[in-house]
Amino acid sequence: MALLQIAEPGQSPQPHQRRLAVGIDLGTTNSLVAALRSGLSAPLPDAEGRVILPSAVRYHADHIDVGHAARDAAARDPLNTVLSVKRLMGRGLADVKQLGDQLPYRFVGGESHMPFIDTVQGPKSPVEVSADILKTLRLRAESTLGGELVGVVITVPAYFDDAQRQATKDAARLAGLNVLRLLNEPTAAAVAYGLDQNAEGVVAIYDLGGGTFDISILRLTGGVFEVLATGGDSALGGDDFDHAIANWIVEQADLSHDLDPGAQRELLQTACAAKEALTDADSVSVQYRDWQAQLTRAAFNALIEPMIARSLKACRRAVRDSGIELDEVEAVVMVGGSTRVPRVREAVGELFGRTPLTDIDPDQVVAIGAAIQADTLAGNKRDGGELLLLDVIPLSLGLETMGGLMEKVIPRNTTIPVARAQEFTTYKDGQSAMMIHVLQGERELISDCRSLARFELRGIPAMVAGAAKIRVTFQVDADGLLSVSAREIGSGVESSIQVKPSYGLTDGEIMRMLKDSFEHAGSDKVARQLREHQVDAERLLEAVQGALDADGERLLDAEERLAIEQQMQDLRDLMNGTDGSAIEQQTKRLSQVTDAFAARRLDSTVKAALAGRNLNEIEE
Amino acid sequence: MAISMTEAAANHVRRSLEGRGKGDGIRLGVRTTGCSGLAYVLEFVDEPAGEDQVFESHGVKVIIDPKSLAYLDGTELDFVKEGLNEGFKFNNPNVRGECGCGESFNV
Repeated sequence: MALLQIAEPGQSPQPHQRRLAVGIDLGTTNSLVAALRSGLSAPLPDAEGRVILPSAVRYHADHIDVGHAARDAAARDPLNTVLSVKRLMGRGLADVKQLGDQLPYRFVGGESHMPFIDTVQGPKSPVEVSADILKTLRLRAESTLGGELVGVVITVPAYFDDAQRQATKDAARLAGLNVLRLLNEPTAAAVAYGLDQNAEGVVAIYDLGGGTFDISILRLTGGVFEVLATGGDSALGGDDFDHAIANWIVEQADLSHDLDPGAQRELLQTACAAKEALTDADSVSVQYRDWQAQLTRAAFNALIEPMIARSLKACRRAVRDSGIELDEVEAVVMVGGSTRVPRVREAVGELFGRTPLTDIDPDQVVAIGAAIQADTLAGNKRDGGELLLLDVIPLSLGLETMGGLMEKVIPRNTTIPVARAQEFTTYKDGQSAMMIHVLQGERELISDCRSLARFELRGIPAMVAGAAKIRVTFQVDADGLLSVSAREIGSGVESSIQVKPSYGLTDGEIMRMLKDSFEHAGSDKVARQLREHQVDAERLLEAVQGALDADGERLLDAEERLAIEQQMQDLRDLMNGTDGSAIEQQTKRLSQVTDAFAARRLDSTVKAALAGRNLNEIEE
Repeated sequence: MAISMTEAAANHVRRSLEGRGKGDGIRLGVRTTGCSGLAYVLEFVDEPAGEDQVFESHGVKVIIDPKSLAYLDGTELDFVKEGLNEGFKFNNPNVRGECGCGESFNV
């Protein structure tokens, strides 16, 4: 029977109408899925009890590995194993080339400007790779919750632009997920601590992961989180702490600096273990091969001080960018595994003058917040007491005007959903068309902003310059995605575009991916049919063998028996192959050959049953 | 007349109440709905109503209204894992038939 969860008072769901929704933290290194069950938001573990799914996908010719197995194989099969795909989401080929030789993949250009990674399964876009990660999490959630998901909330960094958000949404769609909302990661962390229940205030989210550092300053007013500023360092994280300890070992043990990769990995593992031990211990014994020494927490703190200082500098800058003072920050939330380091907590506490919030596992807090939001959005809190959390657009949206200038139509930090219109006019006599160039960014020159889309409004009636009234409407839906329409008011001619950010997928590419997934559905179906035929064949073989053993001697002559056994052998030979229809045919043939035998067996049974009785007895 | 919980169920309810930060216990009940007539209710309780009956099992309060008690007398609430899925299960001796999924039943 279905297993039940505890509901809030008066909100037991109708049978068969539980609306299952989960939150997904789609991270650069690791991903998680969490759900609210019996009033508790918690990450969902896999069958081995692990909640973290490494964001790694390895493509084999005939199947795909996602997670631990893929990550562990990265060194052996670098070309077909994709790590940190989040860095590529919504990026163009040119952007990716800028990342330079850091990435081992072979990139090929797609129909759009999107980079495709050439794997043994053919070119894969970052969207497809992310979809494979999301699919794994979806299956885990569905088997854990025991039903299909109504929807998901997926978290994205606050600084993700439209193209990166659109790419994330496309990946979800490809994974068969209905996205209720994309939620900013810092907002999700604040929700996990219930900070959205406060009336208002400024919150800082300090997110120090393995390889990146993000600081976000949010202002809460009337249930709406507004991103005041974001900052950080894309090359600062816990891995740097490991390197600091590793360098210390190299110096102390007087090792040569050019270690082979194997020794280096071993050294880093030793360093990482020491770092983790120092979270609870004041001093730890570090052993590397035949060298051994004590590392105190004070010495470790000194090693990492420059990195912590860099993060605090970014914090101060973000606070300054927000136009607030440090003491206006009312709560500081710690996110990311590296915030377990005691010195990090201490330093952040000193900077903001208050103890940071650390009760919730910093690796899980984003997914936990997303799950709470997903549950609300799925409609599981029907008393209406909860405010729906709103987000704001991270960068201003506007269009190009004469002279290559950006005219902002929706300023950044406007809460979404939102629609704004502005009137423009023609600049030449008799101008019959107008190019609308949609941009995103804060700068004045369009060359400094990001181009999202272009479209043309045609059929403007001939008028003198400045007489046409063209109303351009920008509309942003709850996920932060944009549609723009332009209308000449006098004549009513209209044109519009759903913003497919320049780096997003073209419809053709999306179609191809959907088709791919259909094709897979086809091969899955063939595999299932084959299995069904094999099972039928097995069942028949067993039945015939049983019958032969029981009555073969008595009811069959040698020739008949040989014919049946020949057909059985043929079927056995086919059974291990992959030709389902051949198995089906041979099964039928065997069944036909044994028809006469079956009939004779039936006769003999009936005769035995009737022997020695008279008609009256039988009629009863 | 009695209602009870297994230790596993009680532990899980206690953890849920702690995580939720408030609540007096857990409400068991039935409603007339669903494909087989009646459906189970399993909810947190913030304020028991005057006519509610309260049982205690492994230190956790089980609260039930008298009408539901007629259908649930002798029931043991269990917490079970089935593969990755986990949740509560009503072992109700009064049930005569239930729908395929067990979410609704009749007596």
